[in-house]
Amino acid sequence: MTLIEEVSAKTNAFITVVSPEKPKNSGPLSGKTFVLKDSYVTEGIKTTAASKVLENYIPQYSATVYKRLIDAGATLVGKMNMDAWGHGATSENTDFGVVKNPWDLTRVAGGSGGGAAVAVATGCADFAIGEDTGGSIRTPAAWCGITGLKVTYGRVSRYGCIAYASSFDTVGPTARAAKECAQVLQVIAGKDPYDATSSPHPVPNYLESINRPLNDLVIGLPKEIFGEGLDKEIKTAIDQAVEIFKKLGVSVNEVSMPLLDYGVSAYYIIAPSETSSNLARYDGIRFGNGRSRFTSETKRRIMTGTYTLSAGYYDAYYKKAQQVRTLFIREYQKALSQCNILLMPVTPFPPTRIGEFVDDPVQSYLVDVFTTTQNPVGVPALALPCGFTKSNLPIGMQIVGPMFSEDRLLNIGHQYQRATNWHLQVPKL
Amino acid sequence: MDVKHVAKLANLPLTTDEEKMFQKQLVSILDLVEKLKKVDTKNVSPTSQVTGQANVFREDIIEPERVLTQKEALSNAPQSHNGYFVVPRILDEV
Repeated sequence: MTLIEEVSAKTNAFITVVSPEKPKNSGPLSGKTFVLKDSYVTEGIKTTAASKVLENYIPQYSATVYKRLIDAGATLVGKMNMDAWGHGATSENTDFGVVKNPWDLTRVAGGSGGGAAVAVATGCADFAIGEDTGGSIRTPAAWCGITGLKVTYGRVSRYGCIAYASSFDTVGPTARAAKECAQVLQVIAGKDPYDATSSPHPVPNYLESINRPLNDLVIGLPKEIFGEGLDKEIKTAIDQAVEIFKKLGVSVNEVSMPLLDYGVSAYYIIAPSETSSNLARYDGIRFGNGRSRFTSETKRRIMTGTYTLSAGYYDAYYKKAQQVRTLFIREYQKALSQCNILLMPVTPFPPTRIGEFVDDPVQSYLVDVFTTTQNPVGVPALALPCGFTKSNLPIGMQIVGPMFSEDRLLNIGHQYQRATNWHLQVPKL
Repeated sequence: MDVKHVAKLANLPLTTDEEKMFQKQLVSILDLVEKLKKVDTKNVSPTSQVTGQANVFREDIIEPERVLTQKEALSNAPQSHNGYFVVPRILDEV
């Protein structure tokens, strides 16, 4: 049995195992293998978004991110399991079997990009491309013990990315280390004429800036986050990370961000609204199966979004949430004027057991409490492994910067990883 | 929330059991998001996108590398006929 076959059987990480093709080009990613969250269209290779609606869909075109990686010499080895359509924080909302955590197979890998994170954590691929709308790269990265980057909105083309919430969705790399994420980002970042929301902001040289010293840096800790609701082991791990940053020359400030408490509420109005619109195209006429094949969670989100956009409710819900979104933007601007980057946990607790939310699915929304304000604002965030619980479950933290500060985030992540080895730990399956 | 009405707007076929289950769960989601009422948003304009861009256009030309042939366009159709997508009947005979 190959490693991929073993991981696939034990964790359900793979939807489609792709036979590696000899690369036609050589480039900066020659010799590297990668997997794609199964929400990226790949011409001629089945793409499902982990839903029975698309179980037999063979795309006739390819996502820009896929084309750029192939042109750079990388080799695709898998299309990965996920929460269907991106709807979830645990990779349990899938029609292809729950994605299990390789550190503890009774627990979830995190979502929505669980399969991609498992592939990287177990060494099935050198890197993965995930998609982050409200934590979908960062939560699985934290729960599988790897590095994951949510980019600035518009930094990487979304052409060919099956849309969840079009004003939140971001395309980003996960790998063991920040340096590897930087190598991938260098290839995939930049304006794409096929994506009108992609940014013309110039792409810096991420690998050049990655080695800068950190001694002019100020890190801000939002005080409201480090209170009662945060798991004690996660708090301890982050405190230890702060000590490492101090040794690297960084100063630490406390900042106040009370509006972060409204992230989940605003997100679970706007994201379902946008998804109700994006998923209207799946009518089973031109491709795919009919709408009765949507899972319960997807139906919940479509209906929530339809309701919040409907006549008589639009102002109280959708418009209100978009106004709060403006306040989130101001809140981040204010906090980031008092520090260079913010440090916060990725999740309020470690990986949950499979089935934990079966009786009350809305409880799973609370996994996202720290990852639902960055996407409405558009700012980038890098999830870094920073420890383990007593029961050997990975703990992750995230650093958040202003728009287009990926170079600084990757620099900080790289220097932290030179001083620690959490990101090098590999689960024993 | 009238689940039947919303499901009809969203073109989602639901069984009676599903209607009952979703009624409860959707109320619970709305409870979660009601929290936003507490935020003072007086005179705050809504943000719908954060690119800082507007009116991004392209030339009105055909890009051959992005054109699907008729065969490609039909390749995933559950039902097609003479190069057309077959759709369910929506008008009844009088």
